[in-house]
Amino acid sequence: MTPLQPSTLAQADVIIRQYPQKRSATMPLLHLVQEDRGHITPEDMAWVAEKVGVTPMQVLEVVTFYPMFRQHAIGRRHVKVCRTLSCALRGSYELMESLEKALQCPRGSTSPDGNFTLEFVECIADCGCGPVVQVDHTLHENVTPASAENFVQKIRASLQDPNYGKTAPQPNTPEWKG
Amino acid sequence: MAAVERPIIYANLRKPGYTVDLDCYLKHGGYEALKKAVAMKPEEVCKEVETSGLRGRGGAGFPTGMKWKFLDRKSGKPAYLVVNADESEPGTYKDRQIIYQDPHQMIEGIAITAWAIQAKQAFIYIRGEFQHGAKILERAIAEAKSKNFLGANILGSGYSCEVVVHRGGGCYVCGEETGLIESLEGKRGYPRIKPPYFPAVLGLYNCPTIVNNAETMAQVKHVLALGGTEFAKIGIPGDSGTHIWGVSGLVKRPGLYEIEAGKATFGELLYDLCGGPLEGRQFKAIIPGGSSTKILKFGERFKGKLPNGTEFDWALEDIPLDSNSIAACGTGLGTGGTIVIDDSVEMIQALSNLNAFYAHETCGQCTPCREGSLWLSRVSKRITTGGGMESDVPLLLDIANQVAGRTICAHGEAVAWPVQSAVPKFKDEYVESIRRRQNGEPLPKLKLI
Ligand SMILES: Cc1cc2nc3c(=O)[nH]c(=O)nc-3n(C[C@H](O)[C@H](O)[C@H](O)COP(=O)(O)O)c2cc1C
Ligand code: SF4
Ligand code: FES
Repeated sequence: MTPLQPSTLAQADVIIRQYPQKRSATMPLLHLVQEDRGHITPEDMAWVAEKVGVTPMQVLEVVTFYPMFRQHAIGRRHVKVCRTLSCALRGSYELMESLEKALQCPRGSTSPDGNFTLEFVECIADCGCGPVVQVDHTLHENVTPASAENFVQKIRASLQDPNYGKTAPQPNTPEWKG
Repeated sequence: MAAVERPIIYANLRKPGYTVDLDCYLKHGGYEALKKAVAMKPEEVCKEVETSGLRGRGGAGFPTGMKWKFLDRKSGKPAYLVVNADESEPGTYKDRQIIYQDPHQMIEGIAITAWAIQAKQAFIYIRGEFQHGAKILERAIAEAKSKNFLGANILGSGYSCEVVVHRGGGCYVCGEETGLIESLEGKRGYPRIKPPYFPAVLGLYNCPTIVNNAETMAQVKHVLALGGTEFAKIGIPGDSGTHIWGVSGLVKRPGLYEIEAGKATFGELLYDLCGGPLEGRQFKAIIPGGSSTKILKFGERFKGKLPNGTEFDWALEDIPLDSNSIAACGTGLGTGGTIVIDDSVEMIQALSNLNAFYAHETCGQCTPCREGSLWLSRVSKRITTGGGMESDVPLLLDIANQVAGRTICAHGEAVAWPVQSAVPKFKDEYVESIRRRQNGEPLPKLKLI
């Protein structure tokens, strides 16, 4: 297993110091690990446990409670389609069906080429612009079944972009809103 | 009279060229209210908020000044301020705009509130999906510290306060204040039982804690800027200030509309501001204040008495947009996230969609909520997939009646209320949906589950 990056390790101590009680740093450290590695391993949990002074089981309890934490690797792009009522009224179920075909990936799974993980998620607080789709950290609004093809082209193109996810988001762009 | 917006919270962020930078905020009069506040005694700041009549914007509408009064000051333990930026109630997307477009407005409110309750440490609990929002807030906090609006010895007052941004993990129940506190302590977000765990007495680390919504903090800034008495003149007695209506679903112009409390009606909001129904459609129902509030049906009459004794007889379109009027119609203003449903929608699918949400989000501590939410979700789904029986309709109501009022946190009510309000109003349509599937008749094009 690849070790965590030095910047992750350095940041961990800064984070812990922000809290009156170390245990509060559990979730921030898990986010940090997941951003570094893409998912959270048992070794990572043991590391977090030692850092915040709890047992690995107490960290596992946290990991399994929160839907954003994952214990397994996912595709290169994580495509999360909001399925809650406001977005559903604007067509998110039909959108999901067309994305399943276009990405060759049934909902809740990773495409065979490892490029996409496609999921339904619950409301992501952008209900007036539905259907909304969050791809990694980027929020795409008004992705209607009609504009699905265009959207798929965009995220496919992003696979070839060497700077993907590396630039700072600019105001009023999809990255900014994510 | 056509409805008019009166943006106060959104006034600046809507201006072209307005940015999240401190310089821009200062050019728009930023942190003047904080200067005013630290020149006053903390008790005087609390008094201003009480006089203003401000009610919390997190959904329950509890008077903010009164909440602050409950803070236990006798124990001698440190007090904490926790800002609820979890924004997870379906249909709600108002706090997002403040966080992403005007973070300093909220941070100024936090600094004022922290001073008022004498908290030396504040936390902003932000939903995990707002990765970038968390960074915007962190940057804004650093800017505020650099100008001495936060941190050590704020504006030379001798008082210090740190603010930490804490990201959640995509869990609805962590918006509930005690679940949020558990989560902030690094545990599963299991809500705590009240009593004894009233946050104002036994909150974060078992210390006295005030939990307020993100928008409530922005409102506090304006209470101080205007003074409590002037603020109370906005809106109506019993509900002061503006409400942000986040309209979503099937209208021409979904969006966020900031309106003085009680100064417009649902009809004006939905027709004048939102442009009415989509072409060729008719409105059928609204869920007025986030998915957990009770549904209202077009064509219903609402009759009764307001708290001040006035009798009313309204159509849905006539209901004034203030918390007392909306509560008098049997539902709640909640978060102001109004979900609009039109005649293209099959109501059992809409209900099934929400039932699936609550079944996904129950934390599982209480049997009625855990089992009830799953059962409701399965029964409504089985109707939509053709396995339903007519007896499923009263069954839905029966299950919901066994959940509300029997649980640790208000998620139990959130599970029950959509069902308890929709079944009596739409049962004929549900029965029709069952029959249609039994007969193999064509189904509506729009799929919601
Ligand atoms: C299941 C559930 C979810 C909630 N989610 C939120 C939320 O996302 N944001 C929020 O501010 N309040 C939420 N609340 C309300 C909080 O418990 C609390 O009342 C509120 O943060 C208090 O702030 P206020 O007094 O400023 O309104 C939720 C309540 C429940 C029962
Ligand atoms: S009511 Fe539901 S969400 Fe709330 S504590 Fe009980 S099981 Fe958990
Ligand atoms: S319902 Fe999709 S973002 Fe809220």
